[in-house]
Amino acid sequence: MTNTNMVDATNVSFHYGDRYVLEDVSFTVPKGAFVGLVGPNGSGKSTLIKIILGLLKPQKGQVHLLGNQVNKFQQWSKVGYVSQKANSFNSGFPASVFEVVSMGLTSKLGLFKFMNAKHKKAVYDALALVGMEAYSDRNIGELSGGQQQRVFIARALVSDPDFLILDEPTVGVDAGSTSEFYNLLGRLNKENGITLLLVTHDIGTITDKVTHVACLNRTLHFHGETEEFEQFNESDLSDFYGHHVHVLNHDHGHGGV
Amino acid sequence: MIQALLKFEFLQNAFLAGILIGVIAPLLGVFLVVRRQALIADALSHITLAGIAASLLMGKYVTSWQFVNPVYMGMGFSAVGSLFIEQLRKVYKHFEELAIPITLSGGIGLGVVFISLADGFNSDLFNYLFGSVIAISRSDLLAVTVITIIVLAVVILLYKELFFLSFDEEHAVVSGIRGKWIHIVFILIVAFVIAVSMQIVGVLLVSALMTLPVAASIRIAKGFKQTIFLSILIGEASVIGGLILAYYLDIAPGGTIVLLSAIILVIILILKRWQQGKS
Repeated sequence: MTNTNMVDATNVSFHYGDRYVLEDVSFTVPKGAFVGLVGPNGSGKSTLIKIILGLLKPQKGQVHLLGNQVNKFQQWSKVGYVSQKANSFNSGFPASVFEVVSMGLTSKLGLFKFMNAKHKKAVYDALALVGMEAYSDRNIGELSGGQQQRVFIARALVSDPDFLILDEPTVGVDAGSTSEFYNLLGRLNKENGITLLLVTHDIGTITDKVTHVACLNRTLHFHGETEEFEQFNESDLSDFYGHHVHVLNHDHGHGGV
Repeated sequence: MIQALLKFEFLQNAFLAGILIGVIAPLLGVFLVVRRQALIADALSHITLAGIAASLLMGKYVTSWQFVNPVYMGMGFSAVGSLFIEQLRKVYKHFEELAIPITLSGGIGLGVVFISLADGFNSDLFNYLFGSVIAISRSDLLAVTVITIIVLAVVILLYKELFFLSFDEEHAVVSGIRGKWIHIVFILIVAFVIAVSMQIVGVLLVSALMTLPVAASIRIAKGFKQTIFLSILIGEASVIGGLILAYYLDIAPGGTIVLLSAIILVIILILKRWQQGKS
């Protein structure tokens, strides 16, 4: 396997019964890239992420993560993950910001090992990177949605990953914090050299930040560099979204998902 | 009281066992509460009672069995019950809390059958229902000590994994933590702690010792470690204060301990309210 791709997914298909969520998707994340994976709700984005992380097994196709087959992948500390549900934790949970970020070191430390001064410094450094170092003693539940999201990014960054996967990280975050947040991601990619894969249903706000775009709606409709994507004509795009809107209405009419 | 404490072995046993339980019950209680599994303690205490009843019943037929401490059979039942709960939670993925009433009522059913087979209640069994400080023997104290050492070792060694799993299980598993095994180890030590705590506070009150101190500390603590520390502090204050009060007022220690922790909880809630009102 080549070492230049963080993710190499080839001909991946996934279905629940006879309903295909992903069909013959081939998808790569080159090293150093900032890939925006866009698609309407229910397009299979989260399923693809779960397959990349080895949480779901595709019925067809192969996935390599950092050059290793994903089911044999061990170096989880090199991959940071911020899930869509990161914000849906129990907000009464009595954990300080410092403690939440330290969780990110759990697998790097390994069983029966404790944090030392170096690890504590790594936690403060990660908090500084996202501009939250002043909040380290606060309980996580006391922070705003945007601040919590930064803390979860810090948790993903603390193990010094090469690759960061963010699954709709701005759900429930206000617009102002969202654009600040994308600036932060841009800096992490450019200045810290972290490869990013950002999943979002919001195509417009990210095209000036990402280096690559992938449009997914069951199949991959477009996958390439951002400049090419900007030439991807509008009727193609509305086809891509328009088709879906129809499906959604249809589902609603039948009391579906 | 100091003199009595020096003179009577049973008082020493009670205080030492109480102090140890005052550490381990709230310690594990913190993890149960934040995972919204506080009721597991109730389910397991009822299963433990069934085990103790079974042990007392066997003692009726096999004379040599009478020398076996019933707590051990209680622990065995509690351990099996805890694994049963974990299994049920998997079966009813979307109704995880169903595991609690199933196990709780199963435990009571089994206990009642054993009790009736043994021709009804005797004073031994009654002690386990409401706790009896006088009944704590040196062998009970030994059991509590061993369990305390195991619990402290497990929680210290697996602290970061337990914390991560409690906060966000899915993410913890994505990060490569072996959640399944850690769950089993955790639920087993909960089962053991419940079995040994029963003699002090009794079946009906044991879950209170695991949850009330946590309920109080969670309102005022900053961070998880502080929550654990305060829970243990409140647990100790309740156990030691409760035993002293019970001695002087000549009232049931189990109930006194639990009432004292409830009073501490109410005071903390009122102080917190008052403080919030001021700012």
